[in-house]
Amino acid sequence: MSEVKFSKEHEWITLEGDVATIGITKHATEMLGDIVFAELPEKGSNVEKDGTAGVVESTKAASDVYTPVSGEVVDTNQSIVDDPAKINEDPEGDAWFFKLKIKDTSELDNLMNKEEYDKFAKETSS
Amino acid sequence: MEIKKTSLNKLHQSNNAKFVEFAGYEMPIQYSKGIIEEHKFTRSNSGIFDVSHMGQLFIYGDQSLTEELEKIFPLDLKNLKENCSKYSFLMNEDAGIYDDLIITKIEDGYLIILNAACKDKDFEILSNLLGSKFKMNLDNNRSLIAIQGPKSVEILNSIINGVDQLNFMTGNWFDSDNQKLFVTRSGYTGEDGFEISISNDKAEKFVENLIEKGAQLIGLGARDTLRLEAGLCLYGHELDINKTPVEANLRWAISKSRLSNGGFIGSKKIMNQMQDGASQIRVGIKPEGRLIAREKTKIFNDTDKQIGEITSGTFGPSVNGPIAMGYVDKEFSKVDTKILLEVRGKKHPANICALPFYKKNYVKGVN
Repeated sequence: MSEVKFSKEHEWITLEGDVATIGITKHATEMLGDIVFAELPEKGSNVEKDGTAGVVESTKAASDVYTPVSGEVVDTNQSIVDDPAKINEDPEGDAWFFKLKIKDTSELDNLMNKEEYDKFAKETSS
Repeated sequence: MEIKKTSLNKLHQSNNAKFVEFAGYEMPIQYSKGIIEEHKFTRSNSGIFDVSHMGQLFIYGDQSLTEELEKIFPLDLKNLKENCSKYSFLMNEDAGIYDDLIITKIEDGYLIILNAACKDKDFEILSNLLGSKFKMNLDNNRSLIAIQGPKSVEILNSIINGVDQLNFMTGNWFDSDNQKLFVTRSGYTGEDGFEISISNDKAEKFVENLIEKGAQLIGLGARDTLRLEAGLCLYGHELDINKTPVEANLRWAISKSRLSNGGFIGSKKIMNQMQDGASQIRVGIKPEGRLIAREKTKIFNDTDKQIGEITSGTFGPSVNGPIAMGYVDKEFSKVDTKILLEVRGKKHPANICALPFYKKNYVKGVN
């Protein structure tokens, strides 16, 4: 599996062959608070880089989930829809959101690595 | 304008509060455990809420004050006993609500608890209505602390002996730590609990004492989920100047004895609506599934006609599902009526339901 990359919209992405797994970061869940609702893209649909691909809601507000790369949705994680609290518990592990079959791996090039993202998250939240 | 802080601000900070601006005050929205944990702790144990941003208006006077206030509030104040509280409204001539409030008869007048965002305007309105005959004090030197939840009575009674003898919606002065506190058995969570009016310089120590006895600080986030589960209105959401108490389904708060003769501001409209009914009415709404319908969500019937709007909507931690309140046209207000909620461009099924979503019994008849 490839190195984990991060977007400015607080999504993480890993790549295995041409299938990317995408979720939201621990930092994002800390900003959101208790997550009580998740909506995922439909399997088989196509999503565009930086477009919305889902929704999470905390007790306070709704937030869009964006996709950092384009592709076809090949799998979604129904377990976080059934129990959204899982997203707070393990956002960068079991609580992934969706998997995409991607065409253009170069779309990952401009994303941040862990160190860059941690710095970005710290700067933007203070 | 500079943001205002309550006397507990430092204590909130040292308890890792996340702050928001609310009605010009820096207030804690939550602490480190988060809204759901705080909500559940209040339901099972005892939560402390800093509500010092709310207005504490003391108006001093005798029987002539009672007569003047009856021209303003739809209450039978003449027959209200000392230390008893009533929920009421400050209204305009069209029965539009300027504010909802709790009024308590005290020995030398009345104490009125006002919403933070409304208190200055309320003071102005009441000053104009009452003239200069009565001394009025919107007291900034006192903090207001609420303690709510099943263990609150035991915890508070260990600090202020005798509060366990109060019935719901009554209050009294108590002596503690060389000062006079006014304590009422009341609240905004659907739980048994108390509100304590205490001088600013004693507030922090008092709250630290409550924490030591096992209560925990709870933020405005959980206060909102708790009150929504209890079916209670929040000014600026369920209530505003364009809504009347009848539309808000709060006719229980209007004293029956005042409905025959009126004589309070807005009485004509209230009496008409009591007879003919209001065209829109506040209801409880339960979305199907896990969907959350927030404030301003449009409500439709099955023929795509808009019939209302959500005024508050969130996830209810104790009912473990989404809950909402809103206004719908009268013919759709019956419990179990099927409605549709438009969220992110799609219509989702929901049902009109009875309020509250969560019910416990308040303490009556302890003395």
